[in-house]
Amino acid sequence: MADLEKFRAETRAWLEQNCPAEMRKPMTSDGDTFWGGRNAKFSSDAQRVWFERMRDKGWTVPHWPKEYGGGGLDGEEAKILRQEMAAIGARQPLTSFGISMLGPALLKYGTEEQKREHLPKITAGLIRWCQGYSEPNAGSDLASLQTRAVGDGDDYIINGQKIWTSYANYADWIFCLVRTDPAAKKHDGISFILFDMTSKGVSTKPILLISGYSPFCETFFDNVRVPKSHVVGTVNRGWDVAKYLLQHERAMISGMGERGVGRPLGQIAADSVGADAQGRLDDAQLRSQIANFEVDEAALAAAAERAVDLAKAGQSHPAFSSAMKYYGTELNKRRYEILMSAGGIDALEWESDRSRGGARPRAWLRTKANSIEGGTSEVMLGIVAKRILDLPGA
Amino acid sequence: MALVLTEEQSMLRDSARGLISDKAPVAHLRGLRDAKDTTGFSRELWTTFAEMGFSGLLVPDQFGGSGLGCVEAGIVMEEIGRTLMPSPFLATSVLAASALSRGGSEAQKAQHLPKIADGSLLAALAIDEGAKHRPLQTKLQATRAGNGFKLSGDKAFVVDGHTADLLIVAARSAGSAGDKNGLTLFLVDPKAKGLAVERTAMVDSHNAARIVFDNVEVNADGVLGEVDQGFGLLEGVLNIGRGAVASEMVGLSDEVFGRTVTYLKERKQFGKAIGEFQALQHRAAQLYIDIEITRAAVLKALQALDTDAEKAATAVAVAKARAGTTATLAVQEGVQMHGGMGMTDQFDIGFFMKRARVCQELFGDSNFHTDQLASGKGY
Repeated sequence: MADLEKFRAETRAWLEQNCPAEMRKPMTSDGDTFWGGRNAKFSSDAQRVWFERMRDKGWTVPHWPKEYGGGGLDGEEAKILRQEMAAIGARQPLTSFGISMLGPALLKYGTEEQKREHLPKITAGLIRWCQGYSEPNAGSDLASLQTRAVGDGDDYIINGQKIWTSYANYADWIFCLVRTDPAAKKHDGISFILFDMTSKGVSTKPILLISGYSPFCETFFDNVRVPKSHVVGTVNRGWDVAKYLLQHERAMISGMGERGVGRPLGQIAADSVGADAQGRLDDAQLRSQIANFEVDEAALAAAAERAVDLAKAGQSHPAFSSAMKYYGTELNKRRYEILMSAGGIDALEWESDRSRGGARPRAWLRTKANSIEGGTSEVMLGIVAKRILDLPGA
Repeated sequence: MALVLTEEQSMLRDSARGLISDKAPVAHLRGLRDAKDTTGFSRELWTTFAEMGFSGLLVPDQFGGSGLGCVEAGIVMEEIGRTLMPSPFLATSVLAASALSRGGSEAQKAQHLPKIADGSLLAALAIDEGAKHRPLQTKLQATRAGNGFKLSGDKAFVVDGHTADLLIVAARSAGSAGDKNGLTLFLVDPKAKGLAVERTAMVDSHNAARIVFDNVEVNADGVLGEVDQGFGLLEGVLNIGRGAVASEMVGLSDEVFGRTVTYLKERKQFGKAIGEFQALQHRAAQLYIDIEITRAAVLKALQALDTDAEKAATAVAVAKARAGTTATLAVQEGVQMHGGMGMTDQFDIGFFMKRARVCQELFGDSNFHTDQLASGKGY
């Protein structure tokens, strides 16, 4: 305990000294997130300084082993670092699918060589990854994917199409599900493979969404040659890796509402609907909606903390991330419905500088994907019903 | 602090669960109800509770208790919630023990706490006056008389007030309803002249009391804490009670849910288990998720009560609000998914529904605590 208190004090002092003031303000636009990669650009000097200091400390991914560029922190220490960063509103220095999705899968299923090749480039922000999972005819029924990988000597030749590939047009590498045995049952013939997005035959096409943004792409593979050594885990057992990675993806998505939270909802609402002498909002229904939301939000935060602690104690159910994904995404949608309601007509402007290019309505529309991406809410409830509650049926 | 039980706490849970499920399954409450038992709980079982150290769980060591904290009290309450065991534990061991430990003089502690720990003293907290929990609106009047006070007014929903040997009464000694200043807590002998106790059997087959005070004399020794400054002490004690009841509701919800999932797997219609129907699967999954999230919020609040008094008020408001809505959903889904059987007295599910309704009202319902959260955050 004394050691942890010492760690907390040192961490607090280090953050105080090293986190630029600008990096303690709530994020207001996409540019405030630093994703790393070969073509990465910093949106400000403060963003660069903060990233470099955290990288050098090993704290872009504090809980990974030091040998792979992580901070080597144990669960308690990582929790303290998160708490101390939250206390001063410090932004994440680096966000990437390498950290939140591929890394955990590599740590569990990757060969030593694969770990040494890829993990340090993730922690150093050198390579930006994207995820090749969904296909036009494989959404909720992901395991029916048809992208083919056919052996040719030491290589595979990959043909097919992925869809909803987040930021594929900015990504350097892809972790991809491909069918290596078309004769096997659908879950059994899949492999998990890594390749460079600059490989010959890879092309991407952004998809325009209702938000007016194009965070997702269609990704096409036309005779892409990939060494067989790039398969993670066992050939034809890629579904195990895919599911394990999905647990981490779902945990990440369930926490999306926690990021970039600006002013408290009550204050935002007070600006538009006004308040009485005691500070109570002049819209009783809106006040009630916000309060109910904040009760659930605080409870979810406790559950997220508990989920990490349970995992550490070896008491967590592997499917619990589906429960958190369901609740977190539905809650985030509620947050944005409230934000839109609280903003009234001011939240409807789409292009003006005043509205920062319609940031709020665009973010509101973006949240509608939360309960679809990474497995729909309905799929999550099905997983909970079958895997945790053990209810009968397919 | 990790949001999981420690090894010692898990052992406490196991021993509480063993005792309660063995000696006081739902059939125990049903039996007391059917016998129209006017005590409403088993004194024999209360003696066993004392022997196992549960009744003095929150009583400091030097007064014969175990000196444990709110997390441990919550663990026992959760097990009580699983079988709906009627017990003086909440009124005596949680509320009165907390009030005396936190607000009592050395003499008051020495007089009462050892008896709470050994099970020989039953106590009750008298707060509510109107239909809803509004402690700030306390009107029961305390007027200075001689070296003490005279109390006049009415109390209602005094949990276990019908069997109490000692009452802890919130009264207004100054100011008017709605003021934080001017509240005082008193220790009152229920046999005092001018005091009338009416047992009120409640919908959940537990007991409370309505108490009328007609110029009841209390001398200066009967003041618990400071005159006119009792609100802080009262809120602190109520928050412990709220955390405890929230735990009871987690246990209750979890038990109803477990019984319901079992029924979904057993009951067959249209040639298959009704748990195969997606309409029910998704509702069951949603309820499971609600319960698990509420469980975390309640444990968070109990830990805060033990370690971080500053954050405890908000955490308790979240916990009690969530536990209320979760338990309400759990019992409604429980009855609905049991179909016609859920409506019968023969099935236990109805007992859970009735208890959940009472727990909602105890020390503020979900609306009350959601409003507290909003006010606390300044909107």
